[in-house]
Amino acid sequence: MNTELDLKPAPVFTGKTRQITLNINGLPKSLEVLPYVTLLDALREYLDLTGTKKGCDHGQCGACTVICDDKRILSCLTLAVAKEGAEITTIEGIGTGTELHPLQQAFIDHDAFQCGYCTPGQICSAIGMLREGKAKTRADVKELMSGNLCRCGANMSIIDAIMEVKDGGSHE
Amino acid sequence: MNNFDYGTAPELKDAFIQVNENAANAFLAGGTNLIDLLKYNLIRAEKLVDINPLPDYHGIEETSEGAVRLGALMTNADTAYHPLIETKYPLLSRAILAGASAQIRNMATNGGNLLQRTRCYYFYDANVPCNKRNPGSGCSAIPGYNRTMAILGTSEHCIAVFPSDMCVALAALDATVNISGAEGDRSIAFGDFHRLPGDTPHLDNNLKHGELITGITLPEKGFEKNYSYLKLRDRNSYAFALVSVATALDLEGDMIKEARIALGGVAHQPWRVKEAEDLLLNQRATRENFAAAAELILKGAKGFEHNSFKIELAKRAIIRNCMMALNPESQMPGAQPSA
Repeated sequence: MNTELDLKPAPVFTGKTRQITLNINGLPKSLEVLPYVTLLDALREYLDLTGTKKGCDHGQCGACTVICDDKRILSCLTLAVAKEGAEITTIEGIGTGTELHPLQQAFIDHDAFQCGYCTPGQICSAIGMLREGKAKTRADVKELMSGNLCRCGANMSIIDAIMEVKDGGSHE
Repeated sequence: MNNFDYGTAPELKDAFIQVNENAANAFLAGGTNLIDLLKYNLIRAEKLVDINPLPDYHGIEETSEGAVRLGALMTNADTAYHPLIETKYPLLSRAILAGASAQIRNMATNGGNLLQRTRCYYFYDANVPCNKRNPGSGCSAIPGYNRTMAILGTSEHCIAVFPSDMCVALAALDATVNISGAEGDRSIAFGDFHRLPGDTPHLDNNLKHGELITGITLPEKGFEKNYSYLKLRDRNSYAFALVSVATALDLEGDMIKEARIALGGVAHQPWRVKEAEDLLLNQRATRENFAAAAELILKGAKGFEHNSFKIELAKRAIIRNCMMALNPESQMPGAQPSA
């Protein structure tokens, strides 16, 4: 078998740092990043907001889910420079600092995590899903949360926790 | 990922100027596939030209002829949940919602959906030969593990499948792809947009470098009464299709006045067979007639070591999905098979 690497030679490295402002959890944050820095790396490595997790880094696990301009997105497949001026909410921004977000409380009450690595993404995704308002049934919730994998196997409890908040009407 | 440059395009004209500066420059829309390909070093860009700031192409418009034009920059989620698409083209809505995850559908655009690359494992592994990634190097899938690969329209050079769900519905609906470039505008019928691998498997479609998809036009007929999308895969959600089927029927009583059947997950492009659709004309909507059409659609299908099961799976999926189209309410979330 031909095992020779068939990567084409890299083009000249032309990317230059850019000054951008992101509104993170209600506060404007200015930072200088190269164009290839993802929103995930900008949050974790530049702004020390390590609540957002890097799981697969390829859009397959949902651990990096954040809310950007009211939509849940994957921060690992988003370039930070492309989100100049955007409103971004991470797991650090959903509670008040003294009070948990209802979903955080429900995750505790339902034992909806073991290692906890997928939890910030699960909760941000669930907030986005409840805002979207498309999930009517438990089957809908399972389908619309399928972009967030939990490899500990807490999935049933995660769905239970989300159902409680959804049916309790406390979506925010 | 190499250190590429980045620019924004507030006007279409700027976008063409910037992207044409270098053959390794690319447009950036949703980025859900492009950024991933860059991360794996499967492609290397000199500069990404962000077209999201373009003021047009973010919405849906009805044309005077009763057609509907989807903006290329509109997200998959906004398209699937748009009232006009939900009511007039529910097949498209169902197919979009069967693809990817909610987060990815919130990011991915309609234009980008057409341009996503195959998820063939060997295409994604830069250490092995792949004619699609490195023309002339050989195909690792044919002698390799080919369970997810194509059974129709393959060549000795490539057996990769095109992974989109949305495009299976667009093929069934006879959509048109609207394209702009520095030289002007043109349109391509959906069936002529994607290519079979032949001896040029590195070309997925007929879009040229520097051209941009600006919209997708849906003809007036939306088949909103009898339609179904069925997607069969190794897990029930957030996975690519082994086989998927889009069915759109126009019925008078139980007589078929028009039938459209498109397959996904089986070829290098969504797969339609006109003879099979014609066979159903003025026939009753019965399991037996759908089975005869399924035989014709899979005529000439060729399995490889691990994927021959797809031939029978596709036939059964066609029959089942056509029966589901008689009662669209029977469809499950995520185009899963009903219990």
